Amino acid sequence: MVRTSTILAQRGAGQPEARATKIAVERLNFYYGRFHALKNVNLTIRERQITALIGPSGCGKSTFLRALNRMNDIIEGARTEGEVRLDGEDIYNREVDVVALRRRVGMVFQRPNPFPMSVFENVAYGPRIHGLAGGSDLEDLVEESLKRAALWDEVKDKLRNSAFALSGGQQQRLCIGRVLAVDPEVVLMDEPCSALDPLSTLRIEELMHELQQQYTIVIVTHNMQQAARVSQETGFFLHGELVEFGSSTMIFTDPTDKRTEDYITGRFG
Amino acid sequence: MSAIQAEGSRLWHLRRKVANSLMWIVAVLCVLAAILPLVLVLYYVIAQGASGINLDFFTQLPKPVGEPGGGMANAIVGSLILVGLASLVGLPIGILGGIYLAEFGNNRFGWTVRFLADVLNGVPSIVVGIFIWAMVVVPTHRLSGMAGGAALGVMMIPTVMRTTEELVRLVPMSLREASLSLGATHWRTVLKVVLVAAKGGVVTGILLAVSRIAGEAAPLLLTAGSTSFWSTRIDQPMPSLPVQIFTYAIQPYEDWQRQAWAAALVLVSLVFVLSVAARYATRGRFRMVR
Repeated sequence: MVRTSTILAQRGAGQPEARATKIAVERLNFYYGRFHALKNVNLTIRERQITALIGPSGCGKSTFLRALNRMNDIIEGARTEGEVRLDGEDIYNREVDVVALRRRVGMVFQRPNPFPMSVFENVAYGPRIHGLAGGSDLEDLVEESLKRAALWDEVKDKLRNSAFALSGGQQQRLCIGRVLAVDPEVVLMDEPCSALDPLSTLRIEELMHELQQQYTIVIVTHNMQQAARVSQETGFFLHGELVEFGSSTMIFTDPTDKRTEDYITGRFG
Repeated sequence: MSAIQAEGSRLWHLRRKVANSLMWIVAVLCVLAAILPLVLVLYYVIAQGASGINLDFFTQLPKPVGEPGGGMANAIVGSLILVGLASLVGLPIGILGGIYLAEFGNNRFGWTVRFLADVLNGVPSIVVGIFIWAMVVVPTHRLSGMAGGAALGVMMIPTVMRTTEELVRLVPMSLREASLSLGATHWRTVLKVVLVAAKGGVVTGILLAVSRIAGEAAPLLLTAGSTSFWSTRIDQPMPSLPVQIFTYAIQPYEDWQRQAWAAALVLVSLVFVLSVAARYATRGRFRMVR
């Protein structure tokens, strides 16, 4: 895996300093009807860094990501077992308010999915439902969010235009800004660059690099170079199991498990 | 001779070309046959009705037989009120019912409602008229605009409900997920995102329903009745264009028949104007790119 290790060397990545635990996943099992999609997954996500999840299609990595903000709840016939603790509190506890949870744990999807509204309304949507701001405060919040998403300069004159008029990469950054507007602690990204061209991908990666100063980021990606470039820790999923989890440097240069090695060297997947 | 020009290929080629052209001609003929009645109806209504259209027609009340002039102002206003009343009944029930079916209706109850809506859609309008006659006119002892509006409203429900359902279903799941993942409730998601995305189609469904009921005479004969005077009270009989057309067209008096044609032209124009206005009002500034 010459290329990946080169990337790691260029980034100067050593052992990541141990940050505090943000999300602790214990004995997580997930079923789509009778299909056992996640098998006894244990994993720790540390705060203010990027955790990457890799693995072949259908390995359960997206399902795992969606378990972190209970987006799997909306699937009929789905069942979750085990614990997902956000700052020590189990999010599958009956008393947890899903609305409050999803405000703290936001999500960016595979394809940019802006709402059929103006650029401004897209970003203002979240703050409005949570009653975070109104009037000029809301305008400031939208501006701030778009700046954080590195989109403000490109759209400041088109805030009233349809979000669909933006390019794919801009739409994805708009979706990121939309999430940041509700002031989350964790941002989940489900293959956020798979529908984008290389330049847009680069911009999103730079953006993620900025965002990790302040947010805990979990990214699912098919692109191993991307995982190596952006993340401090990486988990490899296969057939619903977490095969290996550790620092990205280790996973991409010296994996412990044979299956991880086979995958990252391109022997399958 | 190359491989793609095998033995006898010329004949096959010719056959295919002829068959292709023949089917093309048949398809075009069918399209013409489908539009022809529509064009003829429009032409005939305009040709017959235009001469009866003047300012009086829109501002005057009907005159008794033998007196020249007069108009149908009361029926035009009556029709608008009846369609408005019907929308008050039919739109909320139809739209909310459609949302329910699309978002929560994947169960036995949803299936039953869907089936009943399709049956109701096929029920002849006169039957709906009799139903409302028994439910509203008989207990209140009079024909009324209220009863007419209820009958037309009941007829709107299945059309609006089923088109709303279909269009809400078409809204991509990813939009719902985006809204839910921001912490929006299911209801808020439907109201603020899904309905906005489906707006154009839902409006089309509403227009179809309105166009259909605006021309109904049969249920109104049994519910709203008719009168030659001004009537804007919904607890009183209310004149309408379709009933007026029916009443006037079957009379042997030539000027009444001309009035009926004029009324038909006004009815067609009203529906047309309504469609264009609603399309304009809800034109898609934020059209989805697919």
